[in-house]
Amino acid sequence: MRRLVLPVYVITLRDLKKFFRQRSRLIGMIARPLTWLLIIGTGLNQIIKGSLGVTYIQFILPGILGMTILFSAIFSSISIVWDREFGFMKEILVTPVSRISIAFGKMVSGTLISTVQGLIIMVAAPFIGIRFTIAEVFSLIVFIMVVSMCISAIGVFIASLIKSFESFNIIMNFIVMPMFFLSGAMYPISILPRVMRYFMYLNPLTYGIDSFKHIMFAGLTSFRSDISMLNDIVLMISFTIVSIVLAAVAFNRQHNE
Amino acid sequence: MNAIEVRDLFKSYNSLTAVDGISFEVGYGELFGFLGPNGAGKTTTINILCTLLKPTSGEAYVAGSEVSREPDRIRKRIGLVFQETTLDNELTTFENLLFHAYLYGLERNTAVRRIDELLSIVGLRNKRRELVKHLSGGMKRRLEVIRGLLHGPGVLFLDEPTTGLDPQTRAGVWGFIKDMRKREGTTIFVTTHYMDEASDFDRIAIIDHGKIIAIGNPHKLINEMSKTTVTFVTGDDDTARQLLSYGMSRVDGGKYQIRIEEPGDFMKRMLNLSGLKIDEFAINQPELEDLYISLTGTEIRDERIEHPVRKRGHGS
Ligand SMILES: Nc1ncnc2c1ncn2[C@@H]1O[C@H](COP(=O)(O)OP(=O)(O)OP(=O)(O)O)[C@@H](O)[C@H]1O
Ligand SMILES: [Mg+2]
Repeated sequence: MRRLVLPVYVITLRDLKKFFRQRSRLIGMIARPLTWLLIIGTGLNQIIKGSLGVTYIQFILPGILGMTILFSAIFSSISIVWDREFGFMKEILVTPVSRISIAFGKMVSGTLISTVQGLIIMVAAPFIGIRFTIAEVFSLIVFIMVVSMCISAIGVFIASLIKSFESFNIIMNFIVMPMFFLSGAMYPISILPRVMRYFMYLNPLTYGIDSFKHIMFAGLTSFRSDISMLNDIVLMISFTIVSIVLAAVAFNRQHNE
Repeated sequence: MNAIEVRDLFKSYNSLTAVDGISFEVGYGELFGFLGPNGAGKTTTINILCTLLKPTSGEAYVAGSEVSREPDRIRKRIGLVFQETTLDNELTTFENLLFHAYLYGLERNTAVRRIDELLSIVGLRNKRRELVKHLSGGMKRRLEVIRGLLHGPGVLFLDEPTTGLDPQTRAGVWGFIKDMRKREGTTIFVTTHYMDEASDFDRIAIIDHGKIIAIGNPHKLINEMSKTTVTFVTGDDDTARQLLSYGMSRVDGGKYQIRIEEPGDFMKRMLNLSGLKIDEFAINQPELEDLYISLTGTEIRDERIEHPVRKRGHGS
């Protein structure tokens, strides 16, 4: 047991320490979503009115939260590739620690780092007219953690498939950006053509962001979401479990060849 | 059984054969050197022995377990200092060591005591709270060596531990390694390009193009494979004629050379000969470097220049 838990603790502690020491990364990770919120949100706030049931800047807050988690979790997991070439991961692979627990360690650290960043973004909520009850804050934290876990696992899975850091741009352009744009973050799912909607339904982030919408707009009767909360929960948890299993298997396989 | 036993080990990367059927043993407590030009297959062999890379064929036993069959047992008993640095720059000296100790299941108190002891021995005690990125290259290397020894491994692998260090630090690192070896009986498998370091190892193997071309005690190897040469320089024709009749051969412009086993005996006999007008007399005792060059040639093999990207990491 200790053999399984200890590495998770060590990897998490290491990643958190590194994360809080790298000021520029921290600032960038907070500045990007706030910039999006301000520039896109306030800009389009005037143009898009009516049909959403909330103002546009309110509408995109759950999406921006999803984006923050997406980037932060992927970045955290993909650092495996970097570490494999330049250090820590090589070091840890010679220790008697099991491969599976290394994979879990990366998923847990990715989850915590993304959750922290997601929560920092939520400080903006009251300023654009979104208020929470204590229960809502609590459930939001839980959902942020689930989404973070899911994306971190996807990140570990991807990191286990690629060989070098050169593939990073491909991942950003062909996986991360499409995941963001096809998630209902910027506009409701219902306005998209059928084909694109299929992609959205295959994207776990869609359910994550939709669950955030349910929680954030709970008090607003004017807002109607595209998917029911129950479906969000069931699908989000299913995606998370599948991703974790895939990540663990792929990581284990890559490092045992 | 020996600390390391390798039998017919092969490793190929696609079409390139990096390790081409090597066999050797390293006894418990031995200080064993693995020498060879760039790209000879040293790091590849270490990666296989440390269970980071699967061999294409062959067997290798480390600390009693086979690398492909029981990698976990081996990982518990070995330490490895990589050729490239693998420290965490954003963490402190102490954190790097503590995390390593935790990964080997050491208790915090035991770990801290051992860390402080080792830091003092290599003179890094005052850098305990420093971020690793603020350490000099030599300090980082010392840190990596003590990290490799932190959990008290039975077999320690060092891949070019002293490359790029100044002579003092080099001596310091070796002093420390040999000291730890005496105290803890660690078996040491080390690669180096410095022949002066290798001449007092217990045994060495010279590997080239993935094959072992010489193995044994360095002094014995030197005596077996190259003889002491004595060179005379003379401008006198008579002397030259006599020297030739004595069994010497002409090397170049007025130089005569002979390969002999016992320089002392030879001297005595020479002094008994009369009428020679010797201008200069030199005995060249061969060193490991000469042996190495005579075995591996003088051609440059630095693939680092040709394939900078490829040399960086060995993936797995
Ligand atoms: N991951 C890899 N993929 C393909 N070829 C590789 C890989 N790693 C090593 N090689 C090749 O295998 C051969 C042996 O490399 P290795 O790193 O074992 O040499 P070395 O003896 O450690 O050299 P050096 O003294 O330069 O460190 C080289 O020709 C190298 O290019
Ligand atoms: Mg090497």
